Amino acid sequence: MTPAQNSSYIQHHLEHLQLNLSTWHIGTGGGFWMLNLDTFIVGLITALLIGGVLRYVAVHMQTGVPGRLQNVVEVAIEFIQGSVSESYHGKSQLIAPLSLIIFLWIFLMNTLDLIPVDLVPMVAQLFGAEHFKVVPTADPNMTFAMSISVFILILFYNVTIKGWYLGKEILVAPFGPYLFPLNILFRLLEEMVKPFSLALRLFGNMFAGELIFVLIAMLPWWSQALPGGIWAIFHILIITIQAFIFMMLTIAYLSMAHDKH
Amino acid sequence: MEINATLFGQLITFAILVWFTMRYIWPPITKGLHLRAQKIAEGLAATDRAKTELEHATHKALSLINEAKRDAAHIMETAHKRSVQTIEEAKQAAHDEGQRLIERAKSEIEREVHLAKDVMRQQLVALSVKGAEIIIRKQLKETDQAALLDELVNEI
Repeated sequence: MTPAQNSSYIQHHLEHLQLNLSTWHIGTGGGFWMLNLDTFIVGLITALLIGGVLRYVAVHMQTGVPGRLQNVVEVAIEFIQGSVSESYHGKSQLIAPLSLIIFLWIFLMNTLDLIPVDLVPMVAQLFGAEHFKVVPTADPNMTFAMSISVFILILFYNVTIKGWYLGKEILVAPFGPYLFPLNILFRLLEEMVKPFSLALRLFGNMFAGELIFVLIAMLPWWSQALPGGIWAIFHILIITIQAFIFMMLTIAYLSMAHDKH
Repeated sequence: MEINATLFGQLITFAILVWFTMRYIWPPITKGLHLRAQKIAEGLAATDRAKTELEHATHKALSLINEAKRDAAHIMETAHKRSVQTIEEAKQAAHDEGQRLIERAKSEIEREVHLAKDVMRQQLVALSVKGAEIIIRKQLKETDQAALLDELVNEI
C-alpha cells in the first residue's frame, strides 16, 4: 500500500457513521447536532443484551441449585456487592446496580474490539454504510456520557448528603480556613478532573487498542497473525482492567461524596 | 472523533439501563441470593439439631437397653429363687407325705396286731374251755353228770 492509501485506510477506520439531526440525513458536517449511529446502535444493542440477560436471570431466579447462566450473573453480582460494600458505607440503593452496569456494559463494549477490525465495516458496507466503528468505548461520546452521569451523581450526593457541611468542607479542607481561596480552587479542580479522568482513560485505552489493531491489519497478510494474536491476548487484559477501573473509581468517587472529611 | 449529540443518546441509554437494573434486576437477584443464604443457614442449623437429637436418641436407647438388661437379670434371679423355693417346698411336702404314710402304716400294723391278739385270745379261751371241758368230762362220772343236769334243771 502507498502512504496515501495507508492514511486513507486509517482514516476510514476512524470515521463514524453519522446521522445529521437537523436534516435527518446520513453524512457529515452537522457540527454538534450529529448522532454517531454506530456508537448509538452498538451501545443500544449491548445495553438491551445486558438488560435482557439480567432480567431473564432475575425472573428465573432459583434459590436452590443455580443454573450456569445464573451462576455467572451471581458471581458478577456478588463480586460487585463485595467491591461496593468494601469502600461504600452509605445507604443508597443506586451505587451497586450502577457499578454492575458500568462494569458489564463497558466490558461488553470493550470486548467488541476483539472482532476483526475490517469485519463489521465490510458487513456495514454491504448495507450501504460507508463507515462503521464497532467499539463504542473508543468514542469519547460514550465514555463522557458515562463519566458525566457519574459526575452528576457525585454532585448530587455531595449536596444531598452533606448539606451545609459541604460549604464548610469546600472552604476549610485541605489547608485550613485561612487559605480558603486555595481550598476552593483545589476542590474545583479535584471535582472537575474526575469525569475527565474517567472518560479519557477508557477512551484512550480503547482508541489506542483499536488503532493498533488497524495498524496490524495493514501489515502483509502473512505477518498479521502473530502480532495480532499477541495484541488480542494482551487486549483481553486491558478490556477487563479498564471496565474494572471505571467501576472501582465510580464507587470510590461516590463514597467520597458521602464521607465527610 | 468530536463530542456531539451522541453524548445525549448515550446518556439516556445509560440512565435507562441503570434505572432498569436498579428497579427490575438488582432486587430480585439479591433477594434470591439472600433466600439461598438463609436456606443454607437453615439447613446447617437443621443438621446441628439432628446431630444433637441423634445423640440424645442414642443415649436414650442405650439407657433403655441397660434398663431392659437389668430387668431381665432381675426376672431371671427371681425365677431362680422361685424355682429353688418350689423345689424345697416340694421336697418338704414329699417328706411330710412319706412320714404320714409311714405313720399310717405303723398304726395299721398295730391295729392288725391287736386284732390278731384278740383272735388268738378268743381261740385260746375256746381251747382252754375245750380242754377244761375234756378234763372235766373225764373226771366227772355219769352220775355226777346226771346230778348236775338235775341241779341245772332245777335251777331253771
